[in-house]
Amino acid sequence: MVVVPILINEILKTYLKWRTYIGFIAISVLVPLVQIGLKLEGGSMIQSITRNLEQDFMLIGNLYNGYFVTHLIMNSLWVHVPFLISLVAGDQLAGEATGGTFRLMLIRPASRTRVLIAKYVTTLIYATTLVLFLAILSIGLGVTLFGTGDLIIAGRSFTIIPVDEAFSRLCLAFGLAIWSMWCVASLAFLFSSLVENAIGPIIGTMTVIIVFLIISNIPVDLFTELRPYLFTSYLNVWQEALHVPIEWRTMGESVLKLGGFSVGFYLVTWYIFVKKDILS
Amino acid sequence: MPHNVSVCLRFSFFDDIYLSHDRWSTVSAEIVLQTFHLGKRFKQRWAVKDVHLRVHRGEVFGFLGPNGAGKSTTIRMLLSLIRPTSGYVELFNRPLLKHRDVLLSRVGGLVESADFYLYLSARRNLEIVAALRGGVPPRAIDEVLEIAGLTKRADDKVKTYSHGMKQRLGIAQALLGDPEFIILDEPTLGLDPQGIKEVRELIMRLSTERRITVFLSSHLLSEIEQTATSMAIINKGVLVVQGNVRELLNTGDSMVKMDVRPLERAVRVIEHQPFVAGLERNGEFLEVKMPLEKSAELIAMLVAEGIEVHALIPRRSLEEYFLTITEGASDVASPV
Repeated sequence: MVVVPILINEILKTYLKWRTYIGFIAISVLVPLVQIGLKLEGGSMIQSITRNLEQDFMLIGNLYNGYFVTHLIMNSLWVHVPFLISLVAGDQLAGEATGGTFRLMLIRPASRTRVLIAKYVTTLIYATTLVLFLAILSIGLGVTLFGTGDLIIAGRSFTIIPVDEAFSRLCLAFGLAIWSMWCVASLAFLFSSLVENAIGPIIGTMTVIIVFLIISNIPVDLFTELRPYLFTSYLNVWQEALHVPIEWRTMGESVLKLGGFSVGFYLVTWYIFVKKDILS
Repeated sequence: MPHNVSVCLRFSFFDDIYLSHDRWSTVSAEIVLQTFHLGKRFKQRWAVKDVHLRVHRGEVFGFLGPNGAGKSTTIRMLLSLIRPTSGYVELFNRPLLKHRDVLLSRVGGLVESADFYLYLSARRNLEIVAALRGGVPPRAIDEVLEIAGLTKRADDKVKTYSHGMKQRLGIAQALLGDPEFIILDEPTLGLDPQGIKEVRELIMRLSTERRITVFLSSHLLSEIEQTATSMAIINKGVLVVQGNVRELLNTGDSMVKMDVRPLERAVRVIEHQPFVAGLERNGEFLEVKMPLEKSAELIAMLVAEGIEVHALIPRRSLEEYFLTITEGASDVASPV
């Protein structure tokens, strides 16, 4: 038996659910709110960033542009977007347990492995559409409100991406963001297989992400050694797309490691799910 | 290498013959479901222990037990929802866990309360089930909706359904894909008398008109008695008895409750009858253990002695036994 018809139903089940739209609604409120706020505030923010630079360089053109604003909004990928993803990913399996509908699904010829594949792919599709929505809304509205220009990125050093490259770089960054959000979705999916209520997976996923991020940022030797083993250390892989020049090797490594974590999370989920006694 | 190939082919060939024989054979003794030493342990407690069930084609098999006896745990094992701790299940003479997908395509089921995706229509819910069965003919969904009497409400969200409608939809989804065998766990639970009657009639129709073998669980003896041809009783996870319903219910002495006056004289008459195996006074009533077919004889005798017989309520021994374990189970369930 093929997975496709099951997958189509899983997609329908997910996208006919009110819960799925919480993420989209949150983004469509937040992005305009941030952008309109920035627009009203005017250029004072960019001036504080560029004040030092202007002593040594002459800056020409519109630096307070749609790309700059989009880059600011991408910081929601640290915590905000993972939360919205875990809302749905954490519900994929636990929600069936809560509703008692595992009893409807898992007494059928379709094996648990097939059901799980369909649900996992659906979860990844959701994560993808959510990040794409964020990308389209923030770039689209940003460019409309602020126009285009060179993308200035302020960190420990300054990077300036020329206007004709900025759009493709941001697209690459969002592509990488989808990849890292798949990893977050896989973790929430794993937690979802363990319990019978979606609250647990949501809180669990967020706790892991926040704790790991804190560990990653505390400069203690023990934590520094731990860093490479935490998936959160690679969640910011999208920032690699905004380096000049792009360090393909570093990016590739992060992408592979994130992929490894996602596959690992999925395999653990599979192992749990096919053996699980359905008591709900 | 060529040798291997031929062996493979022969195996699959036999497999096909086996399957078709299974499906079309009309031998009455054909076994549809069988369990061997089936048991499930949760932590230290055995919810089900050493259960041997056997269901033949064409039967309506009643699975009777008080609440918490292990009925649902057993049914979950029959449908691969939970894994047995010991023993195994065979459907159509093949082990369930080895051939799960093939075997379950011939079975329909409803486990415990009929739960659905409430935010979707009944039709959409059935489409989901259909996809998990690998697709059904286009008319099939309308057909089962019609059997369940839900055609008019098919496109309404299940959220808006009454308990009885959900239960009927539960039976409808079990029938999807033309199964030979359906397993229904307490299908009448929580229904009003009218609903119970409808479901009971539906089950009878499925059995007689569509020749579907039915496995039915209940905690009510009367329910099983009215629908089932064979039955098994489970209590505290252990199988107590199994067999033909009529034979089981009519063997042994019955406990006959009698309202007779005057009581003292009636006792004197009854206790001298050779067929009376026991006599007890219970308040205003007498409880007499005796074969049921002797009751007319006994009444005639009492009347001849000038004793008034106001009522005679027979309870068969199995019924008596079942009521005892049911009461016992409810004692256990109440907090100490």
